[in-house]
Amino acid sequence: MSTARDPFGSSTTARPEPATDSRPAAGRTPDGSRQGAASAAGTHTIVRVHVPERSLDSELRAIRIVWRRELTRFRADRIRIVTSLVQPVLFLFVLGSGLQSLAGAGTHGVSVKTFMYPGILCMTVLFTALFSAASIVWDREFGFLREMMVAPVRRSSLVLGKCMGGATVAGLQGVIMIALAPLVDVPYSVPMILGIFALQLLLAYMITAFGVMIAVRIKQMQSFMGITQMIVMPMFFLSGALFPVSNLPRWLEVLNRLDPLTYAVDPMKKLVFNNIDISPLARATLDPGLTWFGWPVPAIVSVGMVALLGVVMTGVAIWEFSSTE
Amino acid sequence: MDASTNDGRSSPAIVVRDLAKSFGEVRAVRGVSFEVATGEVFGFLGPNGAGKTTTINMLCTLSKPTSGSASVAGHDVVRERDDVRRNIGLVFQDPTLDSYLTAAQNLELHAELYGVEQRLVAPRMEQVLRMVELWERRDAPVATFSGGMRRRLEIARGLMHSPRVLFLDEPTIGLDPQTRHSIWTYIAQLREQEEITIFMTTHYMDEAEWCERIAIMDHGQVVALDSPEALKAGVGKDRVMIQTADDAAAIERLSKQFGLTATIAEGAVTFGVTAGEEFVPRLFAELGVPIKSVSLSRPTLDDVFMSYTGTTIRDAEEDASKHRNRVMLQVMSGGRR
Repeated sequence: MSTARDPFGSSTTARPEPATDSRPAAGRTPDGSRQGAASAAGTHTIVRVHVPERSLDSELRAIRIVWRRELTRFRADRIRIVTSLVQPVLFLFVLGSGLQSLAGAGTHGVSVKTFMYPGILCMTVLFTALFSAASIVWDREFGFLREMMVAPVRRSSLVLGKCMGGATVAGLQGVIMIALAPLVDVPYSVPMILGIFALQLLLAYMITAFGVMIAVRIKQMQSFMGITQMIVMPMFFLSGALFPVSNLPRWLEVLNRLDPLTYAVDPMKKLVFNNIDISPLARATLDPGLTWFGWPVPAIVSVGMVALLGVVMTGVAIWEFSSTE
Repeated sequence: MDASTNDGRSSPAIVVRDLAKSFGEVRAVRGVSFEVATGEVFGFLGPNGAGKTTTINMLCTLSKPTSGSASVAGHDVVRERDDVRRNIGLVFQDPTLDSYLTAAQNLELHAELYGVEQRLVAPRMEQVLRMVELWERRDAPVATFSGGMRRRLEIARGLMHSPRVLFLDEPTIGLDPQTRHSIWTYIAQLREQEEITIFMTTHYMDEAEWCERIAIMDHGQVVALDSPEALKAGVGKDRVMIQTADDAAAIERLSKQFGLTATIAEGAVTFGVTAGEEFVPRLFAELGVPIKSVSLSRPTLDDVFMSYTGTTIRDAEEDASKHRNRVMLQVMSGGRR
């Protein structure tokens, strides 16, 4: 093409010198006010760095920094720590206390608050994890996503870092809810606390992956919030967080067994109810255990389901993220 | 010639061959070819919508060319995407900082993503932050930074990993004159201190003057490419702008009487003529249409732009934004119904 010239010829012969004195150069600035700053800045030492080829090590560093960013942002945003506790606390203490007189006869002496506690533990994680995933949409709107997308790292590292970050943040948030156990007549015990914490982390990972999977495709915060509201509320209500999962109407039973959150709520109930002293009748009523066509689903299978879903959703999120420009 | 084996040190920093990009029916970039030498400051000039950003996005591996090829720092932008990314720094038109983090945290994140050697992160950070005069503000959250400070921080971040090619997409747009000036000071410093090629887009004519070579882009094509001096010398004519009582008559008279082609630009009858200062007295004597004002200027890049595209860059911008507004209005009125 005629407009393209040989860059060497042009840069050696026609390297332009300023025709006037208006051209800035290091240490020589036309307006005196900035001269000091500019020449001071010109004397610093030069540090040359080298970007290595992509390796497992560089991917791990990328995962870690994306993870750490979630934590840094969480720490900086103290209001979020408080606001995301409002809803679970309302459910637990207001709804729980309010329903006590109505439902008291059916709970065999166990308070409604105690009964709802495992479900609310899951709920806390659900909302916080989705909020973390929402930051992908936020990052896109505010441009930061681009900074990550052009980095010489795999998109999968970015997704993994993000999901782990969301899980950690939601897990930390969950710790506050675990601390509230005595207020709902659940005594502390080390195995229970560790169990709940681990299960919350796993659930949080699955939900973040789910959120990221949706968020990658969405350009505006408002749409993301709308979509998650549409999905999250049914997911929460169908999960059995607020009712025992036996003797349900057929349609509700089917929907309940299809809800991924169910498989976190059921082991969560077992963890909490194993730690409180209640009659076998109360236990059978309040925590009848999950069944598939009459087969009692062991906790380990439920937990496995959550883990499996987490892996599948991460896979989908990575695939989606890699295929966006 | 195989540029990739040479790792690009002495070969051109950027080689572009018949690069094109279409979005459906719209041909945003229609086959451009050029080379940028290592260490050069290369400017891409043109109104909004000329295809500058689309071209830069392809060179930065952010979007795939429809046809043609390009290599940056010796690596093909499609086949060796990661190698290109390791060697380029990017400063976008729109902000891409995390405003929740501090300046230092933003740079650290960048260094980690690019795998900068751990022991060099801190000293390199100090160097780039001192250069953009933000070292003292390193621990302040970016949310507290002004627009100019953010742009300076973005430049520092783009340099964190010592890129071989730095892409600046409208680096000074929307900034106050003082910040614009500082940014050019950094660019001048960079050229002296580091072996770096700078590829920038701009639509400020005065800034394009500071580039070693510029390519003028219009309607998806490179219409001119040379040093600013050579381009201006090529125009060879002074620019005369006159305001008259009857512009249409003036244009006709200029054509008949003097054989000059004049157009209306920025609200004045505009034409190019050699030895303008000698021509002006004749103009007053012989035009026959009352002249209200006259201005005469030596060839500038504006004239270069005009001679290649037939319009001034400001008018081109205005047309583009009018068109955009019209589309926007249509969309909005469609949406309300």
